[in-house]
Amino acid sequence: MEKMVNVYFFGKRYSVPADLTIMTAMEYAGYTLTRGCGCRHGFCGACATMYRIKGKNELRTCLACQTQVQEGMYVASIPFFPTDKRTYEINEIRPEQRIMMELYPEIYSCIGCNACTKACTQDLNVMQYIAYAQRGEFEKCAEASFDCVSCGCCSVRCPAEISHPMVGVLARRLTGKYLAPKSEHLHKRVEEIHAGAYDGLIEQIMGKSITEMQELYNHREIEK
Amino acid sequence: MFTPEMMESVKRVEATRDARMGMEPERMTAREKEELLRAFHPDYRTEAFEEIKIGPNKGEKAPAELTHLLHSNSRLLHTELDLEKIDYDVDVLVIGGGGAGASAAIEAHEAGADVMIVTKLRIGDANTMMAEGGIQAADKENDSPAQHYLDAFGGGHFAARPELLKKLVMEAPEAIQWLNDLGVMFDKDANGRMVTTHGGGTSRKRMHACKDYSGAEIMRTLRDEVLNRRIPVVEFTSAVELLKDEKHQVAGAVLLNMETGDYLVARAKTVVIATGGAGRMHYQGFATSNHYGATADGLVLGYRAGAPLLYQDTIQYHPTGVAYPSQIFGALVTEKVRSLGAMLVNVDGEAFMHPLETRDVSAASIIRECTARGKGVATPLGTGVWLDTPMIERIGGEGTIEKRIPAMLRMYMNYGIDMRKLPILIYPTLHYQNGGLEIGGDGFTKAISNLLVAGEAVGGIHGRNRLMGNSLLDIIVFGRDAGKAAAAKAKEISLGVLSLKHIQDYAEELKNANIMSDDVSPLLLPKYARHQR
Repeated sequence: MEKMVNVYFFGKRYSVPADLTIMTAMEYAGYTLTRGCGCRHGFCGACATMYRIKGKNELRTCLACQTQVQEGMYVASIPFFPTDKRTYEINEIRPEQRIMMELYPEIYSCIGCNACTKACTQDLNVMQYIAYAQRGEFEKCAEASFDCVSCGCCSVRCPAEISHPMVGVLARRLTGKYLAPKSEHLHKRVEEIHAGAYDGLIEQIMGKSITEMQELYNHREIEK
Repeated sequence: MFTPEMMESVKRVEATRDARMGMEPERMTAREKEELLRAFHPDYRTEAFEEIKIGPNKGEKAPAELTHLLHSNSRLLHTELDLEKIDYDVDVLVIGGGGAGASAAIEAHEAGADVMIVTKLRIGDANTMMAEGGIQAADKENDSPAQHYLDAFGGGHFAARPELLKKLVMEAPEAIQWLNDLGVMFDKDANGRMVTTHGGGTSRKRMHACKDYSGAEIMRTLRDEVLNRRIPVVEFTSAVELLKDEKHQVAGAVLLNMETGDYLVARAKTVVIATGGAGRMHYQGFATSNHYGATADGLVLGYRAGAPLLYQDTIQYHPTGVAYPSQIFGALVTEKVRSLGAMLVNVDGEAFMHPLETRDVSAASIIRECTARGKGVATPLGTGVWLDTPMIERIGGEGTIEKRIPAMLRMYMNYGIDMRKLPILIYPTLHYQNGGLEIGGDGFTKAISNLLVAGEAVGGIHGRNRLMGNSLLDIIVFGRDAGKAAAAKAKEISLGVLSLKHIQDYAEELKNANIMSDDVSPLLLPKYARHQR
């Protein structure tokens, strides 16, 4: 007999196998998920969830697909949260401190409560990356927010009404486009291809018979 | 944590680790690979395939589950729909909100077209988001597009469509540049040189990455760009049939609001199918690394409208899916783990193969180890072999795992397994649909002149097996090209009267072939809910 636990989906009790995740436990209970379910492997942030263990005060946030059920778990999924993305033209903006002031001024209202960091399902130091954004330190903000899956749990808990994941995306795009060093070898290769430098080589290899290709493939040199 | 039996085997892995450091297991010969695949690759299990009885690929085989969908009925067969009430009227309709769909929409918008995206979940709920390891492009001095072509052509068993593969490799560096210019943060050194590694079957180190969130970083950047451009994205809305007109053109799609059950009509001058893969079909009972919506919808839509499939009988099983713990069973363990030096090791601590053979060969080899050779490690849900991750820290130095594959570390740490200190248990997982709808070098289907396909829904780019890092690449290359071509084509299209006659014709064909089914397709979402009655 497999071990069962009692969990409460939106307050209603279900007995489910103890080794399930919250997501598979909901399906075991009979739910057909449309919202609140995306990649099922912890990368898309669709399954942001809040729970509290019966008898304990602490309110926890998690991804339903990455979290095992526990006895007495009261679960509420957050199928959608109105995070506030501001639009901009990436080619017009520059990595200057004022861009954060213009697009996400509310980050300067942060009261330092750290609720965002406590809520992060990826264990990121969210308050810290917001602090980097405030100071225009985009590369640091980008690095610290890199593993964000935009589940929005931070924003749910924020008294300053900040849309943290959106701030992180902006910092990363500014970093990737403007601040990271340019890849000369990449630009050179793109120009070579545009100039037709590889047209001959590619035509040549496409013109070979399957037998010739097998020979070439099976004896090609592999970089160490 | 591992069971005591597993820990016994871990001791044997640890006992051989010193001796394995620095040694490179021999690669298999072409003949050895051929024999291995025939004996152990799931594509060769003939009982798992069934003949398609009607349509352009009549007489060919497909996985039984896919054939069943092709033999099922349209949802709209007995539904009264007023096709004159148009809910959306656009130049370009993109079906699917993953990497290919987003790239197509951005380029169509850039070309001035009126474009919209429909997606049955949210934009970004796609296999793109979950791609971990990286994206290939021949941009280093010792490499060339021709070398990339050779690797991919050979790795795909010389079956790729040359005109498609040529595009893939020739446009690869520009795809990386485009992403970089959109703000994707690639791994680079202090001088801007891309940090590149091998993938299985590559002859040059051309795998570009964004840690092990490569696809996520690309997808969230593309999503942000789509939203910045205010391209309409209609979420939780699935295309359930293509619309056609009397000129044998595609003319849009009938959409289903996934929440209310209401149908909507979208009219479009060109349509891009970018619906992705089929992992959630669980072919042959395999677990999958794919997202929730990977149910081959686009193949069914296109096929019913008359577009042929290509290589629909070849599926990629990623060699390293999670075998334990059960909560993350089937999840992807990126190939980059092997690129960084981890070996595949059996229950006795023996490295039984070169860790960087192509995916089909690696998967077959692992299945052989766990079945015929009986050298697998028993798990609650089956068997697995070890991926010796502590080797990465020995080779690359302490901290390499946290820096280069943080998602993997986090996923296992959730279950108390520290992959820096302990090896992990893996088994092949259903990962990628090698086949799909057939297109020409211009991105259009050959059967319908204004219907395009991009991304995993396409067949023929990779042949019968795909190399790591060529899928993130193909969604960008073919997604962008499809968007540009769709926008240009839309200017010369004049649509006739919207019709679903092809649905009736298809039903007639099914009837004539004596195929009766109570099921409807496309599937849209897998049926995971357990109902006691």
